[in-house]
Amino acid sequence: MSRVNALVLTGFGLNCDRETSHALELAGAEVRRVHINALIEGQQRLDDFQILAFGGGFSWGDDHGAGVIQAVRMRTNIGDQIIRFVESGKLVIGICNGFQTLVNIGLLPALNGNYQQRSVALIYNDCGNFRDQWVHLKVNPRSPCVFTKGLGHLELPIRHGEGKLWCESSVTESLLQNNQIVMQYSRPGDELAGGEFPFNPNGSLHDMAGICDPSGRVFGLMPHPEAYHHWSNHPDWTRTKAFASRRSAWTPEIMPPGLALLKNGVDYMAG
Amino acid sequence: MPHRIEVTLRPELPDAEGLSLCTKAKEYFGLEIESVRCVQIITIDAELAAQQVQRIKDEIFTNPVTQIGSLGPLAIAFDWCIWVGYRPGVRDNPGATAMEAIEDLLGVRLGPQEAVYTSKRYCIKATGLTEADLHQIAGELLANDIIQQWKIYSNTAWDIRSGVGWVIPKVKLNRQPTVTAIAIDSDEILKTISDERNLALNPSDIPTIRRYFLDKKVRTRRAELGLSDPTDVELEYISQARSDHCNHNTFGGLFHYQDLSSGHSEVIDGLFKTYIEIPTLALKNKKPWVVSVLWDNAGVGRFDDRHHYVITGETHNSPSNMEAYGGAITGIVGIYRDPLGTGKGSRLIMGSYGYCVGPRDYTGALKPKLHPRRLLDGVIEGVRDGGNKSGIPTPYGQVLFHPSYLGKCLVFVTALGMMPAMIDGEPAEQKSIRPGDLVVMCGGRVGKDGIHGVTASSEVFSESTPAGHVQIGDPYTQKKMHDFLLQARDEGLIRFITDNGGGGLSSSVGESARFSNGCEIQLEKVPLKYEGLDQWEIWVSESQERMTVAIRPEDRQRFLELSKHHAVESTVIGTYTDSGRLIITYQGKPCADMDLDLLKAGFPQWEFPAHWLSPQSRGFTEPVISPPTDYTLLLTDLLSRPNICSKEWICRQYDHEVQGGSVIKPLVGQARDVPSDAVVIRPILQSQKGLAFAQALIPFYSAIDAYHMTTNTIDEAFRRLIAVGGDPEQVGGVDNFCWPNIQYHSQHNPDGKFKAAQLVRACKALSDMCLAYGIPLLSGKDSMYVDGHLKGPYGEKRKVSGLETLQFSTTSVIEEIAHCVTMDCKCADDLLYVIGETRDELGASEYYDLMGFVGLQVPEVTPEFLLPAYQALAGAIRDDLVASVHGVYRGGLGVHLAWVAMAGGLGLDVDLSRVPAFGIEREDTLLFSESAGRFIVTIDPRQQAEFEHRMASVPHGRVGAVTATADLVVRGLAGQHLIKCSLNQLKAAWKAPFGDLK
Repeated sequence: MSRVNALVLTGFGLNCDRETSHALELAGAEVRRVHINALIEGQQRLDDFQILAFGGGFSWGDDHGAGVIQAVRMRTNIGDQIIRFVESGKLVIGICNGFQTLVNIGLLPALNGNYQQRSVALIYNDCGNFRDQWVHLKVNPRSPCVFTKGLGHLELPIRHGEGKLWCESSVTESLLQNNQIVMQYSRPGDELAGGEFPFNPNGSLHDMAGICDPSGRVFGLMPHPEAYHHWSNHPDWTRTKAFASRRSAWTPEIMPPGLALLKNGVDYMAG
Repeated sequence: MPHRIEVTLRPELPDAEGLSLCTKAKEYFGLEIESVRCVQIITIDAELAAQQVQRIKDEIFTNPVTQIGSLGPLAIAFDWCIWVGYRPGVRDNPGATAMEAIEDLLGVRLGPQEAVYTSKRYCIKATGLTEADLHQIAGELLANDIIQQWKIYSNTAWDIRSGVGWVIPKVKLNRQPTVTAIAIDSDEILKTISDERNLALNPSDIPTIRRYFLDKKVRTRRAELGLSDPTDVELEYISQARSDHCNHNTFGGLFHYQDLSSGHSEVIDGLFKTYIEIPTLALKNKKPWVVSVLWDNAGVGRFDDRHHYVITGETHNSPSNMEAYGGAITGIVGIYRDPLGTGKGSRLIMGSYGYCVGPRDYTGALKPKLHPRRLLDGVIEGVRDGGNKSGIPTPYGQVLFHPSYLGKCLVFVTALGMMPAMIDGEPAEQKSIRPGDLVVMCGGRVGKDGIHGVTASSEVFSESTPAGHVQIGDPYTQKKMHDFLLQARDEGLIRFITDNGGGGLSSSVGESARFSNGCEIQLEKVPLKYEGLDQWEIWVSESQERMTVAIRPEDRQRFLELSKHHAVESTVIGTYTDSGRLIITYQGKPCADMDLDLLKAGFPQWEFPAHWLSPQSRGFTEPVISPPTDYTLLLTDLLSRPNICSKEWICRQYDHEVQGGSVIKPLVGQARDVPSDAVVIRPILQSQKGLAFAQALIPFYSAIDAYHMTTNTIDEAFRRLIAVGGDPEQVGGVDNFCWPNIQYHSQHNPDGKFKAAQLVRACKALSDMCLAYGIPLLSGKDSMYVDGHLKGPYGEKRKVSGLETLQFSTTSVIEEIAHCVTMDCKCADDLLYVIGETRDELGASEYYDLMGFVGLQVPEVTPEFLLPAYQALAGAIRDDLVASVHGVYRGGLGVHLAWVAMAGGLGLDVDLSRVPAFGIEREDTLLFSESAGRFIVTIDPRQQAEFEHRMASVPHGRVGAVTATADLVVRGLAGQHLIKCSLNQLKAAWKAPFGDLK
């Protein structure tokens, strides 16, 4: 296995960079946190990395639609580099604000391999407010997404005000057809949320929580995998511990699903 | 020529903001609106070509999937249209980021006179409304006249060609900056000028100020620089530095305390020194984990060998009371600069909130500036945007409703940070300045913001006067600065750092100059938002998001280069010296020359008479209530009370997990909807160590005695930490006092002496408790003048004073987070215990309040009995002997047993006769007394012997068990069924008031 270098973007109001880096390191990557300007000004080169992570945060305050200005800046300054990065077989993950940025750049959903067209949007939650909540997610086993290989039902936190995925029905059809819908909001038992609040926390069409490009190498999701990198992140751990200790000794989870998801990406690039 | 872009959602998409407006208009005013479509307006006041504006519209502001954009007014049908925009000089955050995006897209720089402004219009379909209704919607739902302006158009008055017209809220001052010398011929003249100029000099300070400026030696030296009488720059500086806000004159005052009931009297020379500094220094000597207290922007405690944590808290009451969103966001973003400015700088790791407001459904006769419902909404959103956009988790907070806060709301904000123990081989908590170091201002630019605080609100507005006295915090700019400064710190570039808060540069530069003993400032170098500010205004402006940093001259280039890389503005504005003087010039001309020690010498101490009357002598007695018979109804009614019921909707708006270290969350239990006693975070992701945090706020007891309000508040904050696994040996505290005015005045403040006595008693209690529990005060602040004058229905104004309030925050390091517990009962057949004694202490309780009484017997804290219990329980938690722990707080045992059951999703079977109690023969007293020091604990039956052994010397009772049936069953003293209530019923009652809010 070869060493995998991951780049986590920072600066301009991004804010999940530290834990995203930490989680990627736990997943086996060599990680560098790189300021957006360092990439644009050429002090750091995309070529030196195999995974590019657009993390959570409020880029440029998200004042004009979440991720919009970050997308303008990236597209205007290094759009062609990013497309080359994707086309050379490398991985891009966009989490929360990163997902919002990817759809505004056009890297997702990249129908017909067009990485420059905006065809889905992440708009204000139906509940009308920012919301922090753990959600249940059903993973599509037929999706080409490299990050979710082998993952079943999982729980992750969402923390956003603009996470409702919306697009024309023709786009939804294509996403369904290509298995580009990677994960959907569901109920605890894996039955889809069917749009019902709070299982579907934002009103997303088809309960969509994460989508990928047709290659499965560009992945965007609203839930935060990096926020479940440690057993103590899960809201029920004290309960799980109490139940387990009645039967035998409690052992904390070593590979929480958020970490497993990132590790899939690292392992894929390690070959 | 200005350009305009209008953007709206495509018609097939629902407009969430519009729908929310329909709901509010109906709920608040009974106004029927059919539909609302919102239009964003971006006004670009810059020379751009048509095709450039077209690109801006298409590539930045219009999302092709969901929106429609236009360069002219969009054709959207309406009956009425309301336009809302900012007043000149109000921080327009979206306007600023729009400008960045435009510059980036076009690869141009807009000129100094060019800018981008954002505004909105609301296209309203409603047939039955009048223009007056529209003004009500605009003024009470959409805009606040302090920071915004609005226009209303009927469909007939609307011209689709001109739309809302061209409103460019640009500040034009059109004046030359001027330094004015101020006559000091007599005390009276200076007093008159102070009043005219809003200097707010304390009359008793005036002779000292005059004496200094009339001193021969001083005059001779000033003459050499061309100065004579004091300039406005100098007097403004003195005024700021001597203000109660900066100088804490009240807490430094001389109190003549008399207990009129007992005849005892004493003189207290400084509350701060006597009750805060002395106990904290004594504890610091005993507790090696206390790293730095009492001098810096925040206190510092040891986290582990390589890291320290940092904490401080403050309030932002008056600004939030005027403009809730702006005040609150400025408050939270402002407090985050304190840890950033502590030692050589800390990374922010957590924030918290506390809101005290009038009843949300207030329908009384008084007219506060903002109705409590609107005020609370605004405050919630302000702290939400400030915290979330800073990337700092806000996992803890409390909200209280009480009519006394109609006069002025309280907005508490607390910030925690983390610093490495060493930076560049030096302790990170220390900082110093050498003569020759440069004074650098980083972050935002300076405008007329916050000058003279909210006293300036009486100024008359014109079209282009800046409405700067109420500010809007800008978390985006600050986050960039935070990231920049931490990198600069880690490169060893920062020698000293402090924030610009109250008093602006005058305070940050004035205070930092003491470290080298002097400085020279070139005021013209300070970057301004707009031209025309007087020199004194630049010096005292409270424009936000700024830090003052001292750097070595040789680091100048690297520091500025790094700043530019992070898109942060930093400017060298002067040099630190060791001359003992603060010298300010503007374009080479001196405008201030003062001895730095002027402020430390010779000013008279404030004095306060403080007269205490015991509650008995004030006529307080216990009420006469016969024992209730319907306890199920009583309990569900208590659960539905605003100060007890679920406030999940607030909690969920705050990102409480960012940074990835959430261990115990704000909401816990099977359905993750019951508030946790405290929160725990893992601030160093590589470590299994945790930091527990809690706060308490129980001002109700002040109605009887602020001494006991204080002891109970501190006990609760301490106990909350124990409940999750905190270490009683490592608890640090932060005190935040909010008090009504204590300066006696026969007409304006006739009960001032009593309120002063309450403050003295609260401070005595603070000291007593901190020494008894071993809590060093890591930080603290006081906020006086929690009074408001509210308009009544007869043209009168009534003074409403807030309850004497203390918010107490606690922190504790947790060695191993795997031993943390939550408050939800876990398994059926687990044993249920109550730890601690219940006494007949219903005074000022939630139960008495429900019945309309205050009573007399307020809970009294007995640390000598409670602390051993806390230590025993903490040991049992550490050894994994318990399944759940929950403190008993407001509402008493009845309410908190219900919480434990609701959180666990399991029933409880409780026998009241087994509750450890002293002198209680009534079931209502057992259930609703608010005695301090108690916990509800559940354990695995296999741990019974060991647990009871640990609790042997502590009052405890095995009161029942956890049951699989989802009912709370409480048996009375005679064994009868007192309460039998399903969890569904309990939860429905508990969620009834605010359960529908999202």
